[in-house]
Amino acid sequence: MQTDLATQLTLVFPELLVAFGAVVLLLTGTFSRTNSYAAIAWLAVTILVIATVLLIVFPQSGVVFGNALIIDSFSRFMKILTLISAFIVLVMSVGFSRSEKFDKFEFPVLILLATLGMMLMISVGNMLSLYLALELQSLALYVLAAIDRTNLRSAEAGVKYFVLGAFSSGVLLYGISLLYGYTGHIDFAGISKAFSIQELQLGMIFGIIFIFVGLAFKISAVPFHMWTPDVYEGAPTPVTAFFASASKVASIALIVRVIMSVFNSEISAKIAILQTPAVWQQIIIFLALSSMLLGAFAGIGQYNIKRLMAYSSITHMGYILVGLAEGTSIGVQSVIIYVIIYVAMTLGCFAFILAMNNREGYVENIYDLSGLAKSNPFMATIMTLHLFSLASIPPLAGFFGKWYTFSAAVGGNFVPLAVVGMLASVISAFYYLRMIKIMWFDELRGNFLTTPIELQLILALSGIFVLFYIFFGIWITSWAEIAARSLI
Amino acid sequence: MYVDIVHYLIVSAILFTIGIFGIFLNRKNIIIVLMSVELILLSVNLNFVAFSSILHDLVGQIFSLFVLTVSAAEAAIGLAILVVFFRNRGSIAIEDINMIKG
Repeated sequence: MQTDLATQLTLVFPELLVAFGAVVLLLTGTFSRTNSYAAIAWLAVTILVIATVLLIVFPQSGVVFGNALIIDSFSRFMKILTLISAFIVLVMSVGFSRSEKFDKFEFPVLILLATLGMMLMISVGNMLSLYLALELQSLALYVLAAIDRTNLRSAEAGVKYFVLGAFSSGVLLYGISLLYGYTGHIDFAGISKAFSIQELQLGMIFGIIFIFVGLAFKISAVPFHMWTPDVYEGAPTPVTAFFASASKVASIALIVRVIMSVFNSEISAKIAILQTPAVWQQIIIFLALSSMLLGAFAGIGQYNIKRLMAYSSITHMGYILVGLAEGTSIGVQSVIIYVIIYVAMTLGCFAFILAMNNREGYVENIYDLSGLAKSNPFMATIMTLHLFSLASIPPLAGFFGKWYTFSAAVGGNFVPLAVVGMLASVISAFYYLRMIKIMWFDELRGNFLTTPIELQLILALSGIFVLFYIFFGIWITSWAEIAARSLI
Repeated sequence: MYVDIVHYLIVSAILFTIGIFGIFLNRKNIIIVLMSVELILLSVNLNFVAFSSILHDLVGQIFSLFVLTVSAAEAAIGLAILVVFFRNRGSIAIEDINMIKG
């Protein structure tokens, strides 16, 4: 079914808005004589808000530019989540950019370009648009990691991220080329059809494996996680928050879409005959198990809070993959719920990290938090809520995320995955509880400066989300169900 | 000798492997890593063009044109980041990328 060009353009109007906005802001910043950071940052925030409102008010569905982009309620939902997290990251970075001499107008422009890449990633419909969207996002993120260009650590984070990211997209591309050769198609529907009728050949298996290597790099699943702790530590904190929230949402959405609309057709034929999991399921199970365990153990030795968040995000990616292993609508629903909760917790934690500054500047060691409960009870209480939620203590939000993914795994006869997940969650509770102990029971070590109003607002909002999830979780569950249905 | 698809695939697999080993085994400097990344992308292009001719399908060649474009952008950004790193560190040797670890 082909629709005319005008209809197709209205379907991708939010993307077009962000793209034109990024170009216009880049030109404005280049040609203005004074430092235009503040104006451009607020314009970028406005563009993100308008795009979000457009997505919320005008739900659309359809296929754009041949098969290149698929607009459905899953993509709408994930795009709203990405846009909101990009928006919050921009708001969070206001105070940081003022005090760290970080007020370059390129920062909001690059955030917009990366967000555009993520929006396209979420609704890709063939391998070509997948590659281009992924590269648009990654190229913007490489520059963002190195954006503090007088700082050696930031430059080093940029180099590391670039080398490993370029390698991963090369491997992904090699997998795509093998799948193209063996199936003759690059659009998801064609490859999926080929999977359902052909016997799986060696070249196709290699193609699947290479594609998953590339995607696992982007969500930093073990054993492709090596870049995560270094890049998270070296990059400026607002950029790290962006990596941990928006970029993870888009990559998870991409992996969900690729699995559900390409590889899942292998499952029906295979399970009926052989009773073994499909190739992609074996890969996902391996990634999930190793991410959960490694993230839990390696986080124990970390004292830098940004590195700790990196390992924590690796573990959380493992839990998300547990929900995905089954490949059903319920699994996808659990993944969507988990992603929302994960993003809320992560943004809250990074707002807290951005508030950790004393007279000497920003601090990152967890022992700098000693006795925070005495000097700043508001921040200590909110962060404690977040940490309990990350450790999935009921009735906080993090518990419900794991509840849904693990029950999806148990429903799909992947009981061992759920058991290992619970063990990993107990182990990783150690480093969350250690931070709580440092904040509440250690000797006071020095005050932080007053928290800016926007960080307080974000902390309060995410604290409310985490604490009262039990009351409005029912709506999120039903939205996630609608989004997950549209993929089947 | 008749050259069929298998020969192309073998050449591209060898190029791909050389690229990967170039990234992980080289201990000298990052420029070599950039060259290895280009090698990986070129092996992918060879794959696409070979498959495209055997399948009588133009999509593979279009894909390889896109890959060429993106790899140019990627090399530009990589070199820019490298310049930033060099200004701060005064070296582009692999063993000098060691500020962050743990």
